[in-house]
Amino acid sequence: MIRIIAFLGGLGFVAALLVGALMPREAAEEAVTEKFFKEHKHVSFTTDGPLGKFDHAQLQRGFQVYKEVCSACHSLRLVSFGDLTGIGYTPGQVKTIATEWTQEQPSINPDTGEAATRKNLASDKFPSPFANDVAARAANNNAVPPDLSLMAKAREGGAAYIYSLLTGFQEPPADLPKDSRPGPGLHYNPYFPNLNLSMAPPLVNDGQVTYGEGAPKPTVDQMAKDVSAFLIWTAEPKLEARHRAGIATIIFLLIFAGLCWGSYQAIWANKEH
Amino acid sequence: MAVVETDPSANAGMEDGVRRRDFINIAAVSFAGVGVVAVALPLVNQMNPSADVLALASIEVDLSAIQPGQAIKTSWRKQPIFIRNLTPAEIEDAKKVDVGGLRDPESLEARTKPGKENWLITLGVCTHLGCVPLGAAAGELRGDFGGYFCPCHGSHYDTAARIRKGPAPKNLVVPEYAFTSDTVVQIG
Amino acid sequence: MSFPWAKHYEPTHPFMQWMDQKLPLPRLVYNAIGAGYPVPRNLNYFWNFGVLAGAALVIQIVTGIVLAMHYAANGAVAFDSVEHIMRDVNSGWFLRYAHANGATMFFIVVYLHIFRGLYFGSYKAPREMIWLLGVVIFLLMMETAFMGYVLPWGQMSFWGAQVITGFFSAIPVVGEPIRQWLLGGFAPDNAALNRFFSLHYLLPFVIAAVIILHIWALHIPGSSNPTGVEVKDEQDTVPFHPYYTAKDGFGLAIFLIVFAVLLFFAPNMLAEPVNYVPANPLSTPAHIVPEWYFWPFYAILRAFTVDFLWVPAKLWGVIAMFSSILLLFILPWLDNSPVRSTTYRPLYKWFFWLLMFDIVILGICGMKPAAEPWVRMGQIASAYYFAHFLIILPIVSRIERPLPLPNSITEAVLAKHKAA
Repeated sequence: MIRIIAFLGGLGFVAALLVGALMPREAAEEAVTEKFFKEHKHVSFTTDGPLGKFDHAQLQRGFQVYKEVCSACHSLRLVSFGDLTGIGYTPGQVKTIATEWTQEQPSINPDTGEAATRKNLASDKFPSPFANDVAARAANNNAVPPDLSLMAKAREGGAAYIYSLLTGFQEPPADLPKDSRPGPGLHYNPYFPNLNLSMAPPLVNDGQVTYGEGAPKPTVDQMAKDVSAFLIWTAEPKLEARHRAGIATIIFLLIFAGLCWGSYQAIWANKEH
Repeated sequence: MAVVETDPSANAGMEDGVRRRDFINIAAVSFAGVGVVAVALPLVNQMNPSADVLALASIEVDLSAIQPGQAIKTSWRKQPIFIRNLTPAEIEDAKKVDVGGLRDPESLEARTKPGKENWLITLGVCTHLGCVPLGAAAGELRGDFGGYFCPCHGSHYDTAARIRKGPAPKNLVVPEYAFTSDTVVQIG
Repeated sequence: MSFPWAKHYEPTHPFMQWMDQKLPLPRLVYNAIGAGYPVPRNLNYFWNFGVLAGAALVIQIVTGIVLAMHYAANGAVAFDSVEHIMRDVNSGWFLRYAHANGATMFFIVVYLHIFRGLYFGSYKAPREMIWLLGVVIFLLMMETAFMGYVLPWGQMSFWGAQVITGFFSAIPVVGEPIRQWLLGGFAPDNAALNRFFSLHYLLPFVIAAVIILHIWALHIPGSSNPTGVEVKDEQDTVPFHPYYTAKDGFGLAIFLIVFAVLLFFAPNMLAEPVNYVPANPLSTPAHIVPEWYFWPFYAILRAFTVDFLWVPAKLWGVIAMFSSILLLFILPWLDNSPVRSTTYRPLYKWFFWLLMFDIVILGICGMKPAAEPWVRMGQIASAYYFAHFLIILPIVSRIERPLPLPNSITEAVLAKHKAA
């Protein structure tokens, strides 16, 4: 009885599917974005691979780029000033960075109760440059500059994508269809899935940020690499600890597997199976 | 019936073989035990205070706005803190007391920093059963000894926040603190 | 079930004797997985996956309980609470990655366990109950995994919940009220998130209870084996302890190595980047994709593109998707072969491997966007899936000529060694 119902059900599903499969379809046109979109560039970071580590000097340069260029529009709300000790700053330096940070922390005037701001403490998270999304849109041509804390994990291609985007602004190619040309307030970038984005190229000149003594020259390419590396850290501050723990664990488990294999062989030595 | 054991002569090395076999089994189980402990450590440690809680373990307070005779209430490690700027009269009163006769003997000197004995920084938690005593805010009752008064069970603290009357066993706790400048103190 | 030659539990230590009188748990363990449970001697590594599935469940429960100490199930703070775990909680990153990748390991192991059941005919009499309980466990696992994925409240969490609960609206008349009842609202929001957290915490313990029934049901007939020939006498078996405890220990070590490689070196390989963006009900991600273990079912859901026989395509898709799992319940009665193990079923073997290939194709189609050629491929692959179980299997199992079976397990083992 069940078999009959099942058989008929099976016929039903198969028929419905084959009708769908045999339906003629219009040849799908290649979407404009597919034709012009470019996969992210190949770029390596010191954090790549199972033995990847942070380069604190690079992370500090990247932080400088964030501070002087990106923080005007992009928040970093999951990172606290105190976390910066993780990229090599001393607690004293962190306190200075916090108190001198342009954007202050929202607070309340203790006398009138009105909204006010106060200086940042090390325990504060980085404050957003905008009071809320509405303010962010109003200041940015109806686009909200996304928070950057997790950006290196929140996009296909991760930090390589960020690097490609920052160095990928260019004139639209001649054969780009008119509909896909960037309108007012938009900028063509083939690394961006929709080809045109609201962010103007943030890194335009070499030397836009001044690096310290002994640092590589702050070319656009170098600044893009450094800030991308910084964003790997903001997204995964525990990356190095994870790699270290991983190596130790794998070594332990390999030895353990060896011992278990020996034990298994010893126990089964006399039993054919 | 076919025999499925291997040739019995293989068991001639049994004595030695048993010990060797036991050893590998013991080694494997011990390694597993070590692994279990190694994994248990993070599982237990995750309950310890997290980094953001530890970041707030220490705070800085600016004292410049507190006039003599005034006190403020603030929060440290989620507990109330009383910071009082003692008047010369209050300091006099505190010093006049016979320390040896106190329930919890402590001099004002021992409860303040040298050169800063007008600054009395204590937890705002009654040492009896944990209520927040009155006296820090303007207009609050200050009890029979002019310091703090706990309304829950009637503990009276003097101008140095020492217990004088009532059920509390100890003086209000003085937390670890240090002056980082003339007007800024770091607590914790 | 006891084979007559099973060893008997005889405690020697006075404390163990006392325990045996008051609460005979040690006896239960001895008989269930200890030296008192005779098991066929010829089990291959595919028999390791049951224990590994149990281990995976324990890992999920332990990591889940500690994560629940830090997670907050409210839409305003859920995403941030997970980031708090990743950044501030001591070893929090380890716990979170262990739980997320542990789910992947759980499904890998369970799929291999099901593969074993399908290939070796473990679902056939007298073991149908074990199989039915197993399908129940599988369903519970999928519900638990789905709700767990919603908890971080990322873009994919929200939109995945939107899509899955949207299924119910395909049911005529009662569908939409059911959907709103499930969600406690009109779209996934706090009501849904909170109840998913509550149920996500509960279901693993329900799974544990069903697993106990599953193992209990197994012990009635005892374990099957790769030949499909039942145990005849003592020579056919070995006591579970130490023979299979040792083998399972080794299997566990390999499992942990694979788990560790994922967790420590590729923790986000199977994750969707867009789930690191907080949920936004006003913005749909470019591709809504479920976790990899749902891909074949997602492909079946999307394969129905035309209204057929007065049933709308969307409803066909929902019914088919659920049927694709529910048909496993009647598998023992669809397969009429008197022979258990596919090893001895040469005709069926072809179709079996075709099914495996088909499921892989379905998985790929589930992952790809709903565009050609994946749509057509998914339709043909789904058609084969249903045809295999509901049409081909009943017929082939009746008409095929199986190979001659060995007379006993021991005979098979000896033959293998003579040939070796």
